[in-house]
Amino acid sequence: MSNRYLSIENVDMTFHAKGVESQVLKGIDLTVDRGEYISIIGHSGCGKSTLLNIVAGLTESTSGAVILDGKEVNSPGPDRSVVFQNHSLLPWLTVYENVALAVNKTCARTKNKAERHEWIIKNLEMVGMGHALDKRPAEISGGMKQRVGIARALAMEPKVLLLDEPFGALDALTRAHLQEEVMRIQDELGNTVIMITHDVDEAVLLSDRIVMLTNGPSARIGEILDIELPRPRDRIALADDPRYNHYRQEVLRFLYEKQRKVESLAQRRGAVGEKEKGEKQKDEKEKAKERARAKA
Amino acid sequence: MSSMQRSNTMAKAVSFRWAPDFAAIQQVLVQRVLPPVVIIALLGILWELLCSSPGAVLPPPSQVLRDTWELIVNPFYNHGGNDVGMAWQILASLERVAYGYSLAVVAGIALGVLVGQSTWAMRGLDPVFQVLRTVPPLAWLPISLAGFQDSTPSAIFVIFITAIWPIIINTSVGIRNIPEDYRNVARVLRLNGMEYFTRIMLPAAAPYIFSGLRIGVGLSWLAIVAAEMLIGGVGIGFFIWDAWNASMISDIILALVYVGIVGFVLDRMVAFIGSWVTRGTAQG
Repeated sequence: MSNRYLSIENVDMTFHAKGVESQVLKGIDLTVDRGEYISIIGHSGCGKSTLLNIVAGLTESTSGAVILDGKEVNSPGPDRSVVFQNHSLLPWLTVYENVALAVNKTCARTKNKAERHEWIIKNLEMVGMGHALDKRPAEISGGMKQRVGIARALAMEPKVLLLDEPFGALDALTRAHLQEEVMRIQDELGNTVIMITHDVDEAVLLSDRIVMLTNGPSARIGEILDIELPRPRDRIALADDPRYNHYRQEVLRFLYEKQRKVESLAQRRGAVGEKEKGEKQKDEKEKAKERARAKA
Repeated sequence: MSSMQRSNTMAKAVSFRWAPDFAAIQQVLVQRVLPPVVIIALLGILWELLCSSPGAVLPPPSQVLRDTWELIVNPFYNHGGNDVGMAWQILASLERVAYGYSLAVVAGIALGVLVGQSTWAMRGLDPVFQVLRTVPPLAWLPISLAGFQDSTPSAIFVIFITAIWPIIINTSVGIRNIPEDYRNVARVLRLNGMEYFTRIMLPAAAPYIFSGLRIGVGLSWLAIVAAEMLIGGVGIGFFIWDAWNASMISDIILALVYVGIVGFVLDRMVAFIGSWVTRGTAQG
């Protein structure tokens, strides 16, 4: 049902700093359907977050356009709410007030006071934070903060929900738990989501499509992988699913063979000094597999 | 030793009803109140010993108490003119500080926000601030007397100009240090200028602003005593100068104690307000 809800059209991004031009993104073309869950994966520094910021309107692209629901995006707005990696809750407001700030600002015309209150509570309950309304961010754990961040973003009823490595700063157990929550909420609400991640399992588990970026500078879309796993997905059942493992390997192959991260000169000199280059390559692959195994 | 034991047994006796409260109070008394009391008593004894010899120029504390007893027990007498009780003297000084400091708070935060927000304003104003803030408070007095032609607004101006610099500088640093994330949140929510100012900027910069306010109130109190010595009239600064002219050293010592206590209280008040206002601002 390709109805081109969101399209990113030929986006380039070049930063100028101290007279040095550096192109980060080159010719990014992507269309996203309504209700689709897209992950953008790539090595750190490849420009994933820049791409997300362009869609959010926080960064202006050098050329190209982002069109959402028939309108061009050129400034940030509540129709593209962002869940930031480090939660970005305002520490002087309570959990309730943080969500209320967003709701009162974005739903002032559509809801009266009582309805707004109900809506805030409903969203906080959806992420399982109904018990901590009057707590301040400093008093709750990292995972809880991220839940509140998600509730705040959902409460704005965005056309696209943008997740910038939302679970990156969390420990593995909390992360798994939150991924489940996000899947449940996604089943319930059917939001259109773009998520930045560097976690292969997370991408395969949550996404309908995985967009893989090549290494920067001038990162492009390397491959797009359709994940045709039935929902609801269960991570334990999927662990033995050949399709799941196939998808995971596809992404791993892209990241660690085709787009092996080129390390900085100093690091490479230190490492290559001891080993043959070929051996090192093998080593890298081994490590990647190990990492994948550890996560499964 | 025996009194300690007695208070312990008392604690046990009372502990049937509100044991935790009593224990906490006792702990505070022993840990917080006892050490300064002991030190002050020792210093007083030392002072008494040093100044008790027949040739001493300064009076010992016992002499000070005897000389100033009338002033201590009658803080609110009013015989007209400058001959009023210590409480009135201090209140007169506090009134000047209140005016000057309030003006400095408003103008300082406003200028701090401007300098913190606008790079151009910072480049233009920062050198001016950096030079002017090193001018000693009293150096402003003649020029302000010339400008205002009156002593009261001049004193208030001296307070203002003394207190404003730390407020401006701390506010601007606070504004410039607002995390990019908070700005992004404001942009996604499309907060307007006023909402951004009240909901994001002031709370985010509050810890910095309050450290500026605290330095400012301390400097105001330092400056008022010096300024009042020159302008005369009712006020703790002129009281000290007057006492010196009348060779009443004991009065000077009493005034110094009062000045110190009031300055301490002012500092604590601003610190308390600051910690109350910024209670939720700790990074989470």
